Amino acid sequence: MTIAINGVRKSFRRRGHAPQEVLRGVDLTIDSGEFVSFIGHSGCGKSTLLNIVGGLVKADSGTVRVDGQPVAGPGPDRAMVFQNYSLLPWLSLRQNVRVAVQESRPDWKRARVDEMVERYLTAVSLWEHRNKRPGQVSGGMAQRAAVARAFAVAPRTLLLDEPFGALDALTRSRLQQQLVDLWDSESETETVLMVTHGLDEAILLADRIVVMANLPYPSVRTTIDVPIPRPRNRTTIVHHPAYDGIQKQLVDLLIADNDVELAEAAAA
Amino acid sequence: MTARDATPSAVAPAADHSSGPTLTSAAPADGAGGGIGAPTTSAAGSGSRSAASTADIEVAGHRSPATSSRLTALGSRLASFVVAALWAVVGLAVFVALWQFATRGSTAVPGPLDSARTLGDLLSRPFFNTTNDKGIGLHLYISLRRVFLGFGLAALVGITLGLIMGAVRPVWSALNPLVQVLRPVSPLAWFPIWLYIIEEPAQSAVIVIFITALWPTLINTAAGAGAIPRDQRNVALVFKFRPLAYLWHVLIPNALPSIITGLRLSMGIGWMVIVAVEMLQGNSGIGYFVWNSYNALELDKVVAVIVLIGVVGLVLDAILLMLSRWVTPEEVHG
Repeated sequence: MTIAINGVRKSFRRRGHAPQEVLRGVDLTIDSGEFVSFIGHSGCGKSTLLNIVGGLVKADSGTVRVDGQPVAGPGPDRAMVFQNYSLLPWLSLRQNVRVAVQESRPDWKRARVDEMVERYLTAVSLWEHRNKRPGQVSGGMAQRAAVARAFAVAPRTLLLDEPFGALDALTRSRLQQQLVDLWDSESETETVLMVTHGLDEAILLADRIVVMANLPYPSVRTTIDVPIPRPRNRTTIVHHPAYDGIQKQLVDLLIADNDVELAEAAAA
Repeated sequence: MTARDATPSAVAPAADHSSGPTLTSAAPADGAGGGIGAPTTSAAGSGSRSAASTADIEVAGHRSPATSSRLTALGSRLASFVVAALWAVVGLAVFVALWQFATRGSTAVPGPLDSARTLGDLLSRPFFNTTNDKGIGLHLYISLRRVFLGFGLAALVGITLGLIMGAVRPVWSALNPLVQVLRPVSPLAWFPIWLYIIEEPAQSAVIVIFITALWPTLINTAAGAGAIPRDQRNVALVFKFRPLAYLWHVLIPNALPSIITGLRLSMGIGWMVIVAVEMLQGNSGIGYFVWNSYNALELDKVVAVIVLIGVVGLVLDAILLMLSRWVTPEEVHG
């Protein structure tokens, strides 16, 4: 499914402040089957753009079309994974996935619901922990459950908002691998949009990296293709001839944007 | 709003108790004897003691460490309870002494001894029932029945309406000004209206309690239901939760602690107001009993019933507090 973003603008108005422009005229087309990462400084509107595609935030002007249909609101065809897991704390992991599947796919038969819940909880190795509540498991496990929930509703597009930002490096790399495996596998999910702060994560996962710029011109600065063949491996990918060039390009772009924060992140 | 204020204080003691055994895992089984002198809270007291006397483990070695530490925890909890009880007795004694001192030589205002004797008399035959007099137990029963009826009705309406108010913005906007104006009105001000419409004092009293109990439950429920974390709202939107699932998995679990807080407040005020209503309404109930005793210049009965009213109110609150402790663990977040 093709996502066509045309002339999307968004400002946030806060009482007592001038309206803050976070997106100015974003044009972007994402083809079916693409994995696209969005990268940029805090406050550059990348999460807002994701939320507009997800239907949670309405653009001031411009359109987002999915396969030609304008986005009218959120829905399971564009399932989302949020930064802070967003599981319902009183439900077990299995219940969290199950309720989401039942509600977003009311036409599915019980057997299909059960099968999807089990398949994706198993895929993220949580089936044996399925009866624990989110408060009883680690952050990494909770986020895996959130990923399982998103895949289990069989979305054609998956929207990930800094999904691994709050996790330690080891857990993060394991989850990145699981994410790519799930996307590669027989899941219905074709297209993935992922907001991230990590340059390495963006290069490892994405077919294309969209670099967003801050004020005074908050929009897409440029997009960088990642022509590294899959399957990719985090240890060998750094030796690919294209890797250093892409990383340098990203760092230059982000440093040129005159913000210390991400430059530090890139150096780390 | 007051919605969440009472919740943490209600949870804290439970957390203390549960942490007790882990703190004392290395402590010997002599806690009960050693702890009495220390006027500390259970967790802190047992913790420091266990650190001081780890060497005694050998002495208690024939017991399994788990059993002995559990016994210690129990003992130190018992000890601090005894200490607290002792202080309560001291406080009560000072109060009674002052009371005795203030009422010495007065024939009209009863002292503590007279009042205690009267209370004993009243409680010795609580359920007698003659044509123009009833036992205190019957009056209490009548008052409690009215409170429960009004409270139950208020809970039903308050929780339902509160959830709708919290979940649907326009309903909130429509009702909130109305609620804010009516809430500070003494529920007794309504009494003449109900008396006129219903022409039945007993039922009017129930309706006054209903109005009394409605506001805290309504407002707290609405506040709880209106404060759904953005994450959870987003989840419900993205995964297209239908109304029933939203109600059951998002709205009610989020609002539950504030609902219980509201119910507790409602019950407390309802139990206060019933006395006043029955003074006005005048044929049965403890409020009537108080007023009737005043008219007969039997102030010792008034004092005795005040004690009774206090104790019953305490029990009612304790029941709802237990309920709130029972539901709060469900609130644990990642």
